Amino acid sequence: MSAESIISLKNVNKWFGDFHVLQDVNLEVKKKERIVVCGPSGSGKSTMIRCINRLEEHQEGSIVVDGIELTGNLKNIDNVRKEVGMVFQQFNLFPHLSVKENITLAPIWVKKMPKAEAEELAMRQLEIVKIPEQANKYPGQLSGGQQQRVAIARSLAMNPNIMLFDEPTSALDPEMIKEVLDVMVDLANGGMTMIVVTHEMGFAKTVADRMVFMDEGKIVEEANPDKFFNNPESDRTKLFLSQILHQ
Amino acid sequence: MNEMNEVRKPPVATTGIIGWLRINLFFNWTNSLITLFVIYCLYQFIPWILDWTIFSADFKYNYLGEQITNQEMCSRNLDPENGGACWAVIYVRFYQFIYGFYPKVEVWRVNVAYFMLALALLPLLYAKLPYRKYFLYFTYIFPVIAYFLLNGGFGFTEVSTNKWGGLLVTLVLGCTGIALAFPIGIMLALGRRSKLPVISMMCTLFIEFIRGVPLITLLFFGMVMLPLFLPEGIDMDGLVRVLVAVTLFQSAYMAEVIRGGLQAIPPGQYEAAKSLGMSYWRMNLLIILPQAIRISIPPIVNTSIGLFKDTTLVIIVGILDLLGIGRGTLADTNWLGLSYEIYFFVSLVFFIFTFGMSRYSLYLEKKLKTGINMGAD
Repeated sequence: MSAESIISLKNVNKWFGDFHVLQDVNLEVKKKERIVVCGPSGSGKSTMIRCINRLEEHQEGSIVVDGIELTGNLKNIDNVRKEVGMVFQQFNLFPHLSVKENITLAPIWVKKMPKAEAEELAMRQLEIVKIPEQANKYPGQLSGGQQQRVAIARSLAMNPNIMLFDEPTSALDPEMIKEVLDVMVDLANGGMTMIVVTHEMGFAKTVADRMVFMDEGKIVEEANPDKFFNNPESDRTKLFLSQILHQ
Repeated sequence: MNEMNEVRKPPVATTGIIGWLRINLFFNWTNSLITLFVIYCLYQFIPWILDWTIFSADFKYNYLGEQITNQEMCSRNLDPENGGACWAVIYVRFYQFIYGFYPKVEVWRVNVAYFMLALALLPLLYAKLPYRKYFLYFTYIFPVIAYFLLNGGFGFTEVSTNKWGGLLVTLVLGCTGIALAFPIGIMLALGRRSKLPVISMMCTLFIEFIRGVPLITLLFFGMVMLPLFLPEGIDMDGLVRVLVAVTLFQSAYMAEVIRGGLQAIPPGQYEAAKSLGMSYWRMNLLIILPQAIRISIPPIVNTSIGLFKDTTLVIIVGILDLLGIGRGTLADTNWLGLSYEIYFFVSLVFFIFTFGMSRYSLYLEKKLKTGINMGAD
């Protein structure tokens, strides 16, 4: 609604076949805001953030990212994707390329950056995620946590304004979760606009400006973390929090 | 230092030659019996085949020391007790086997083309070749050079393709078919998976139609029907018509093989590429196809070997490839009855090429193995 919104979802609806996966979703994200989205599985949280870079198409409503409305216009979609980085649950690194090549590929081919410059950039990004020594290995030779950090570096190399995280720690062994979260906290402190789908409530408490709770395709509750964790309004949120915090 | 820290070696009987023999050849009674039986068979067979192909064989002269010019002079036809294979037929007809009826004055052009083919394959065979990039440029322009060299033009006298034959035709058909079918097959495979219904339907129809028709039918189709589709006055060369048929046939198979590889790529790869802002073509060229083709190497080589051998079918539309020359030689009264030698020779030549292709695919698989598995190992 406001002029400073960098992401704006208005009455977004989406169906998978007959299944109504997003129901009148409204969400405004301001520049540099950090949003954590949580909710039970199947609640539509992944689908929602995947609509923001058009990995999924919404069928009704409007999505505007950085002033560009997402429609069937392919050029607009490409422009939005250049602005929005995404980190996936399964890392999705390119297994046939080395770590460094994974990072330099998009800058070289999409941004037309000279190779030497792109490699320098890749090394800088690897420093940021704290694994410069792995540059010449292949993804298959790295641990899950290292792979996810490479995936973050790969996204950052495109210099996005917005980062989307789709359950970035769910596929990791417990002892590797922290190394990935640390990188994400650094990123948040650096002023990146972030939407994070996660069940890591500790991370949410330290980083989030706003919590969004989704259930059955709807946004049930939106609140600052303090209110969300200590004094939630909806019963559904209370039940979810009691289940997730008692683990 | 306690005993636990000593490096324990495996039991002696399981290592070395003795261990290998024990485990692989004499593991138990049945195993040992089979081993002994196979050794006995080899003992019977190997001396006989070596004697027939080499020790008692005629290469140029028969056992009387005369130069052989027809089958009656072969040692085994003079004295059945005294001779093996009569390779003189290959020796005498060698030119035809390798060049067909290409004019002798111009044959250096074919030799240069053969040499250039080897040169063009070099950068594909050795990834560590120095100046590989420049060799690859040569590989790309080689087909054009070869066309003018073999066919004529640019100051070379024209040699009509009906004078081509033997290994020359086999290699032209095999190499061109495989080289053209590869990119066409990739386009067809991508087309079949396209989200645009018209493109996907057209590609599917093409693939299913070509695949559903025997190659021989396609060859007749190329010979008889293709000229009907061309504007009047344009006469298509016979070999080109066959090449079109062979290429279409191979493209359809290649498309299905590559589609198999494409299906093995997890959707996350597409999503990651898209989320980085890559266009459809960039995504396919840089991310999807390199992985899909890697997975498909064994079946790609398999269909390529199949095509290389299937080129022998062109004999039915009157083009004399290696096997065709062999059959022609057999029909010559001078060389009647030498079918063993001729088929043996033709088989051997085919085997050398196809075995080479098979080894090349193994080498590629080993070379490209690095990092392809996504797991933690």
